[in-house]
Amino acid sequence: MRVVIAEDLFLLRDGLARMLEAHGLEVTAAVDNPDDLLAAVASSAPDVAVIDVRLPPTFTDEGLRAALAARRKVPGLPVLVLSQYVEQLYARELLADGSGGIGYLLKDRVLDSAQFIDAVRRVAAGGTAMDPEVVARLLARNQGEGTVAALSGREREVLALMAEGRSNAAIGARLVITERAVAKHTASIFLRLGLQPSEDDNRRVLAVLAYLGA
Amino acid sequence: MDRQTASRDRVRWLDLPVAWVRGRLTACGHGVVLAGLAIAEAVFMHPVGLVLACLVPIPGAGPVVRYLTELTRRLCGEWCGVPIASPYRPEPAGDGEYGIPTWRQQRQWITADPATWRDLAWLVLNPMIGTVLAGASVAAIVFGIFGMTLPHGSTPLAGAGGQPFFGILVAVAGFGAAPWLLRGYGEFARSLLGPTRQAALEQRVSHLAQTRSDTIDAGAAEVRRIERDLHDGAQARLVAMGMTLDAAGQLIESNPAAAHALLAEARDSSVKALAELRGLVRGIHPPVLADRGLADAVRALALDMPLRVECACELPGRAPAPVESAAFFAVSELLANVSKHAQADRAWIDVRHDRGVLRVGVTDDGRGGADPARGTGLSGIERRLAAFDGVVAVSSPPGGPTVVNLEIPCALSSPKTSSC
Repeated sequence: MRVVIAEDLFLLRDGLARMLEAHGLEVTAAVDNPDDLLAAVASSAPDVAVIDVRLPPTFTDEGLRAALAARRKVPGLPVLVLSQYVEQLYARELLADGSGGIGYLLKDRVLDSAQFIDAVRRVAAGGTAMDPEVVARLLARNQGEGTVAALSGREREVLALMAEGRSNAAIGARLVITERAVAKHTASIFLRLGLQPSEDDNRRVLAVLAYLGA
Repeated sequence: MDRQTASRDRVRWLDLPVAWVRGRLTACGHGVVLAGLAIAEAVFMHPVGLVLACLVPIPGAGPVVRYLTELTRRLCGEWCGVPIASPYRPEPAGDGEYGIPTWRQQRQWITADPATWRDLAWLVLNPMIGTVLAGASVAAIVFGIFGMTLPHGSTPLAGAGGQPFFGILVAVAGFGAAPWLLRGYGEFARSLLGPTRQAALEQRVSHLAQTRSDTIDAGAAEVRRIERDLHDGAQARLVAMGMTLDAAGQLIESNPAAAHALLAEARDSSVKALAELRGLVRGIHPPVLADRGLADAVRALALDMPLRVECACELPGRAPAPVESAAFFAVSELLANVSKHAQADRAWIDVRHDRGVLRVGVTDDGRGGADPARGTGLSGIERRLAAFDGVVAVSSPPGGPTVVNLEIPCALSSPKTSSC
């Protein structure tokens, strides 16, 4: 799997590249600014781009805008955006085109390498990796509304993990329940929220995120 | 049916003259009261005023004079349509017991203020000039009617010469001119009781000094809070993390399982330290505010609220960073108030900039009854915005809705150009 990294801090860029390579991914380019990123995306045809939100020249949200620009240049290019903080507003902008292959994670998640590599692979495969903090805030915002509040505790846990972009198998492993039990919960959640059930994990997470208003 | 229409028409036709007459009657009444006040001043205050002017030893004379002139200022605003700002210097901070100014300080405060001497000039001139202006219309009416009704030459008051036509003319002219005469009285009062250019500047300087010291205090308190948060939070966690890593290093040969557990603990500790730093940064300067400016920062804030918040944020450029920050924290405080106290289902925020003023409105459909005098939230916002000459207006009748409007004069810079 081919990965492009855009991160302005040398230590983090280097650490990310080494971690990805240690897990058998190929880092085709590691750049430190948006222009080089767009060039690398065009020339090396990566499977996924891992991009820091803060990039030069102004160190504000260049990375986010570069990610969106890269997706306009290479439609459907999976991008994983990393940030010191997460905002629902930015998650919404990333998800706006509704085509999946989007990751938006706190930089801290890099510390848990197994989880992080899993997220990179998921996004590269066209899936979604939404940070638990974003999901928690989405759920908090929907808490007052009838439908989400009416879900059982376990169903809300499943809903949160679904919104993060995890498959039934991963949800089962996390909650220590069987995959079939997860399937039962998801079916019940979809029924209650009035969503069209979908076997496809990617379409499923997008529907859930759209329902929660991301 | 016909009669009803006719009476309605008549009412409409009469509306204007009735309002005209009522306006003049009110003006005459107000004129009489002001003239009466001026004469009362002349009778009661002149001895006191003269003594005050010569010796200034009578305790309380100054405040009495100020009470009278403040009353006049208020009445001029309400009746004559000439609002007059108070020209006095702010009361000194007291050296006496409980911070109450001593007698000496009070006397110094009053006698050293040029406005006091202008007040005295007013007390001398008002009974002469003010009485004429305020009382002229009623005098003209009385004079005209007397002239009309009394036989020729029977009294010096009948100056109209016993001619009914001339008498009516004088009375009507006095009646018609009443509002203008009252306005003239107001302008005369403002010329003596209003702040002079110098007094206005002095007031401005003292306002600036006050807001500057508030700003410095707030800044210093903020720095202390940040220092404390760093010391108790992230710094302590990093120290603990270092110790855990050290312990793990010693155990790695003898007890790999325990070392592994310690390493996991160190990692958790680093995650917590990062989360604390993030919270701290958010409190100092929210990242979206830095990245995108006020409109998007307010949108992001609205998304994080537990209630439905609609945003109408239109800014063609960016306000200066300190103004953005003050406005953002004001909105954040207001929204926190809404979710804590208002029991509201929905809120609306609008942010716009016109004619050199940044305007922010926060409205909710909650139970109302918010009182800026109680609770430190609203007064805190007021203090924070005062540094930018910004103002806060709160309308919160019991039962709602609550509307808070903020206005900060500022210029917008042109929008940031972007390569993407």
